[in-house]
Amino acid sequence: MLTAEECDALAQSTADAVARRSYGKLIAFLSALTHDVAAAEDALSEAFAAALTDWPRNGSPESPEAWLLTVARRKFIDALRRSQKLDPDADVLSIGVIPDEACSEEIPDRRLALLFTCAHPAIEVAIRAPLMLQVILGLDAKAIASAFLMSPAAMGKRLVRAKEKIRQAGIPFRVPERSELPERLDAVLEAIYAAFAEGWSDAAGTDAARRDLTAEALFLASLVAEMLPNEPEALGLTALMLHSEARWRARRSQGGDYVPLAQQDCELWDWAKINRAEALLKNAASMGAIGRYQLEAAIQSAHVDRRWSGRSNWNEVVRLYDALIAITGSPVVAVNRALAVAETQGPVAGLEAMPNAAEDQRLAAYQPYWAARAELLARAGTTDEARRSLEIAIGLASDPAVRRFLEQRRTSVAAGASEEP
Amino acid sequence: MQYLLMIYGDEGGWEKMTPEEQQRGGAAYIAYTQALVAAGVLKGSNRLRPTSTATTVRAKDGKTQVLDGPYADTKEQLGGYYLIDVPDLDAALSWAGRCPAVGHGAVEVRAVWPM
Repeated sequence: MLTAEECDALAQSTADAVARRSYGKLIAFLSALTHDVAAAEDALSEAFAAALTDWPRNGSPESPEAWLLTVARRKFIDALRRSQKLDPDADVLSIGVIPDEACSEEIPDRRLALLFTCAHPAIEVAIRAPLMLQVILGLDAKAIASAFLMSPAAMGKRLVRAKEKIRQAGIPFRVPERSELPERLDAVLEAIYAAFAEGWSDAAGTDAARRDLTAEALFLASLVAEMLPNEPEALGLTALMLHSEARWRARRSQGGDYVPLAQQDCELWDWAKINRAEALLKNAASMGAIGRYQLEAAIQSAHVDRRWSGRSNWNEVVRLYDALIAITGSPVVAVNRALAVAETQGPVAGLEAMPNAAEDQRLAAYQPYWAARAELLARAGTTDEARRSLEIAIGLASDPAVRRFLEQRRTSVAAGASEEP
Repeated sequence: MQYLLMIYGDEGGWEKMTPEEQQRGGAAYIAYTQALVAAGVLKGSNRLRPTSTATTVRAKDGKTQVLDGPYADTKEQLGGYYLIDVPDLDAALSWAGRCPAVGHGAVEVRAVWPM
């Protein structure tokens, strides 16, 4: 016989396991049937609460998912009845409520459709990533707000507004048809990448909420790649994230200092992730439709290969950047390309390839631009100008480790040393 | 679900058009309306007279006020509408995208609150 405490603990751990495995699946299924994400979330959270009192008493059910769905369905109907909008005599089943038998069968996975709902063009761009994190993964508004550097109240309000829009405007819960899939998938991938970048911007991993975000975003990307295995960009994005994640530990020294790629200890890289990324990228490339994420992943792959084999491949990297610029037109990509050019043709050629901050406002406030420029100026022997660029880069740096790195660089440039960073 | 497609545009634009342009413009709307009818989604549609003919009514301190002119003076005015019945927002947006108005103005899409 188990003690009451042991029963409670068992119920809790079963509920936790189901939550981790099935939360998004259950929400997606309930949302698709009710067209109301917020109500689905409420009903499911009530069902989880009910499980924690019922399972210790009666034992964990054979199919916890089906049990939760049945209870959630009942909670949803109760909530509908409670809300004044509904006539108590109305046939609740006729307004899209889950039929009984739906709860006993294998629950279909509609998470992909729900991702498309979250990234629908009618949803504000900035809220798409937070919406996915909350709806599919069950992250609470507070954790999401902290990761996106926003007040919990403001984030909560915007999430509520987005869910209201889905319900009231009748945004569908389905995977778009072939003809519109490329554009719509782009929006989904972009939102996932935004979540990843938000987590990645805390490279030191000191902020747990932001650090977790990269893992959550990677989960979403893998989910899309798994459910749309013939979409090369979905595979490309997953490969890109895996590459970045693989080098996470090597990006900081034990003292917490920033370590540039050229000096990273390859032994610290996560080779299981790198191998997965490479396999995905190869698979994507075989589909013959190149795209932004595949190119970015290919650049990461080239960096890994160069560091590992010691074979210079900067010409190949420049070509990949050329292709990426043709697709994105991004000035940030142009900055990285200029650094690659400098590796093959010297710092002066690199500086010539560098975009001009005077022509692009975004670059003027982009710290890596000033750091990159300073690096090439120092290598070209224009010390004063290099120091001025470094000053601006230091002023723009938000990561203390990066700021320290730049300050050290300023000291060495001022001392007339122009050795590699 | 029912959606109201509201057509906004510069109502002075019509007068500035040549008779041929007006005829072409009118024909585009007739064709669009026929397509909506053929698809069985059209619930109602009307073109509105210009905002110079608008009168706005509100009550202040229990007293009805009648004011000459539109509710809001904007650069583009509500010139007409289509009420359609389609399954979801995607279908409504796809019909809105075919409306000739998107070429000379904009179409606002709003779901109708069922009563």
